Amino acid sequence: MFMPDNRNSGAKLVVEFKSIQGHKYTKEGSNKPPLINLANAQGGSYIFEFDSYSDLHVCRDFVSKVLEKSKETPNAALEKSAVKLPDEQLSEEEMQLRIKLLQENSELQKLHRQFVGGNILTEAEFWAARKKLLDRDPSKKSKQRVGFKSAMISDIRPATDGRIFAEKPAVHRAFLNFVPNKMTEMEFWTKYCRAEYLSRTKNYHAVVAEAAEDEELAVFLKEDDILANEVRKKIRRVDPTLDMEADEGDDYTHLPDHGIFRDGTKESNELQSEHYRRTLLQDLNRHAAVVLEGRTIDVEREDSTRALAEALARSKRGNEGADNNANEERLDRTPRVAEIEDLQAPHCLPLAPLSIKDAREYFDSQQANTLKASRDSQASMKCSLSRQEAYGSVRDAISEIKDMGLSDPIVNPEVALKVYSGLTHNISSIKYHLGKNPRETVLDRLPSATKEKLLYVNRLKDALSNIYPQLEEMKESLPADLRHQVSLLVRPMQQALDAAIQHYDADLQKRSAKSGEKPNGYV
Amino acid sequence: MASAPSKLYSDDVSLVVVLLDTNPFFWSSSSLSFSQFLTHVLAFLNAILTLNQLNQVVVIATGYNSCDYVYDSSSTGNQSVGNGRMPSLCATLLQNLEEFMNKDEQLGKQEPEGRIACSLLSGSLSMALCYIQRVFRSGLLHPQPRILCLQGSPDGPEQYVAIMNAIFSAQRSMVPIDSCYLGAQNSAFLQQASYITGGVHHKPQQLDGLFQYLLTIFGTDLHSRNFLQLPKPVGVDFRASCFCHKNTIDMGYICSVCLSIYCKHLKKCSTCGSVFGQAQTQSDEPSATNRKRKTTDA
Repeated sequence: MFMPDNRNSGAKLVVEFKSIQGHKYTKEGSNKPPLINLANAQGGSYIFEFDSYSDLHVCRDFVSKVLEKSKETPNAALEKSAVKLPDEQLSEEEMQLRIKLLQENSELQKLHRQFVGGNILTEAEFWAARKKLLDRDPSKKSKQRVGFKSAMISDIRPATDGRIFAEKPAVHRAFLNFVPNKMTEMEFWTKYCRAEYLSRTKNYHAVVAEAAEDEELAVFLKEDDILANEVRKKIRRVDPTLDMEADEGDDYTHLPDHGIFRDGTKESNELQSEHYRRTLLQDLNRHAAVVLEGRTIDVEREDSTRALAEALARSKRGNEGADNNANEERLDRTPRVAEIEDLQAPHCLPLAPLSIKDAREYFDSQQANTLKASRDSQASMKCSLSRQEAYGSVRDAISEIKDMGLSDPIVNPEVALKVYSGLTHNISSIKYHLGKNPRETVLDRLPSATKEKLLYVNRLKDALSNIYPQLEEMKESLPADLRHQVSLLVRPMQQALDAAIQHYDADLQKRSAKSGEKPNGYV
Repeated sequence: MASAPSKLYSDDVSLVVVLLDTNPFFWSSSSLSFSQFLTHVLAFLNAILTLNQLNQVVVIATGYNSCDYVYDSSSTGNQSVGNGRMPSLCATLLQNLEEFMNKDEQLGKQEPEGRIACSLLSGSLSMALCYIQRVFRSGLLHPQPRILCLQGSPDGPEQYVAIMNAIFSAQRSMVPIDSCYLGAQNSAFLQQASYITGGVHHKPQQLDGLFQYLLTIFGTDLHSRNFLQLPKPVGVDFRASCFCHKNTIDMGYICSVCLSIYCKHLKKCSTCGSVFGQAQTQSDEPSATNRKRKTTDA
C-alpha cells in the first residue's frame, strides 16, 4: 500500500504493490524533476513527483525492495498480510526486515505459517522469541568483499579496481609521484604500456636502450624494488621459533632463477642491466600473493585512478603500522619461547615435602614395646648371670682354648657315628616324599596330586602311542585299492600324534633342565 | 701368572661367611660350652680351607651389642700369635674374638633385665652381604659365596623387618643362607632365611657331634649340592610377627600402603601414617587374612 504525502489532494491513492510491475526513476544528475514512474500491470503508469531527490531516493529504495518481494510466491503476500496486524505498531523497517527474514529462511517461514497462521502464537510472540534475528540490521551485514579476479593481467588496460597497483607497488609509487606532477594519467599509462610491450618482446637490448633514454620508462622496466623490500621484510618477520632456515637465499624475487642460470653459464652483465630482468616466475608469484590477499579498496566507482592509488597507499601504510607492532610482538615472544633450558634457573615448583617418618623413631618405639611385652612372655632362657659374669665366662672359654689348643679328638667317634647314621636315615626317609631340589616347584609340593596328574599324562601318552600301531594295522588290513584313501585320512592323525608326543618330550626336557643348577652369585 | 689360578679354579671354589653367635647370655646358659663350640667351629673352618686351595673363609661375630669381622682368610695380615700349638687361623681368630668381646662389653650399659637376650643377627647378615657384594665386583673369577649362620640365641622380634630385608636381598643376589640353630626352640627367622634363599637349615639333635653335622651338611659347596642329598626341614614356620607387639601371628591386618602387619585393627598405620577406613564388622574377623603357615610334606 502506498500513500503519497500529497498535501494538496485530499484523495489518497491506494495502489496495490502486487499490480506494479516495474518502476523507473529520474536520475539525480539530470535536470528533470524527481519523479517515480510506477508501471501498472494493466499498462498504465503512475507518476509521482517528489520535492527533493533525497525523498526520491528513499521512495525508490522502498519501492525496489517491495517490488522484489512482490515477485515472490504467493506465500509472500500471505506473509505480508499476516505481518501487518493492526494491534502492533511496527515500523516499516522492521516489517521489511521480518518479511526478508521469512523469505530467506524457509524453515522460519514454515514455522511462522504453522504457528501464526494456525493461531497458536501471535505475531509478537513469534518474533519475540526470535529477537536475535531481528536485532541484526541487515544493512550492516558484513558483505563479503569480492576479491580480485584470478586471471592475470594479460590485457594492459588499467582496470578500475586498482589491481595493477596492488601487484606492482613500484608502478604504484611511480604513479603517485609522476601524476599529476610530471605527466597526466594518459601519458603515464602510455608509458606503462610501452614498458610492458618492451618487456614482452624479450628484446633485452632494446629494453636497455630505451630505458637509458627515457627515465620514466626505466622505472617501469626496473626491478620492483618495493616488492623486494617487502619480501625481505617478510623473511625477517618469519618467526625464528619456527626453526626454518630463512635466509637471504630465499629472496627469490631478487635473483632470477634463484641465481642459477639454466645453461650453466654465468652471464657477466653490467650491473645496471641486471635490474631489467624480470622473469615470469616473479610475476606469477607476486600475482598469486595479491590475489590471495584479496583486498580490494572500497572506493566509489566513479572516482579516478588517482584517488584509487592514494587509497591503496593509505591502506598500505596502515598495514605497515600494524605489521610493525606485530613484529615487535614477535620479537618479544621469541626469547620467551626459545628458552635454553640449561641456562635457566631451576624452577621452584611447588612441591609437597615428602614426609618420611624417622625410621629410628619407629624402631625405638618398637623396642620399648617389646621390652614391655617380653617382660611377661613365656619362660624361656632367662639369663641368671649378670652381665659381667656372662662376658667373663665367655672370655674364660676363649683363653682356655688358647691355652689348651683344640681338643683331640674333636668329636667322639661314637657320637660322630650316631650323628652320621641319623643324618643318612633322615635324608633317605624324606627322599621319596620331597624332590631332590631344595627349591621345589609348586607342582611337587603336592605330590599326591602331582602323581595323579603325572600318571594321567602317562596314561594318555600310552593311549596315544597305542593308537599309532592300531592305525598302521588298519591300513594294512585293507585291500590295496582302498589303502591309499585310508592312508590319506590316517596321515594327519599320525602327524598330530607325533607332534603331541614330541611336544611332551620337549616340555619334559625343558622342565628338568630348568631345575638344574643355577649359577651362584649371578646378579 | 694369571693362568695358574684359572686352572685351579674349579666349580667348587667357595667363600663361606660364618656368622658366629657370641651372645654371652646365651652361651652361659647353653648345654654346649662356648669353648667346645669354638673347637668344633675352628676345626670346621680348617676343613673348609683344606677342601680347596682357593676356598675362603670369613668369620663375623654376632655380638650382643655389636657385630664385627673377626677373621678373614684372604687377608695377608695374619700374624701367628705366640705358641705353635695351633694353626695361625685359630690363633688369629681367637685373638680377634677376645678383642671383640671386650669391645662388646664396653658398648653395653644396661642389664638385660631378664628378657630374652638376642644377638644382632640382622647386623651381621648385612655385613656379610656387603662383603659378598664386594667379592662379586672383584672380577669374573670369584668363589661362590654362601653364608653359614651359627645361631643359638632366640629370634629378636624387633629385628624382624631388618632380617627379612637382608633375606630378600640375599635371595636377589642368589646367596644361600645356611643356618644351624643351636638353641632350644625353633628359630622362625632362620628357617625362613634358608628356605627363601635356597640354603640348608638344620637343628642338630646332638650338640656334641656338632662338628660332624657341620662337615656333613654345611661343608658341601654349592656345586656339589646339585647331586648331594641334604636334609630338609619338615616344615617351615612362615609366620610373620606383628609390627606392634612383635608377636608371631597367624592372621592379622595388613596396611594396604606399606604392607605392615598388625595383630589388631588400627585407625592409622604406625609406619606410613595412612588412615584406614572403618572395619566392616566389629567382630574378630580380620579384614585381611595373613594365613601363612605351610607344610611341605604329602
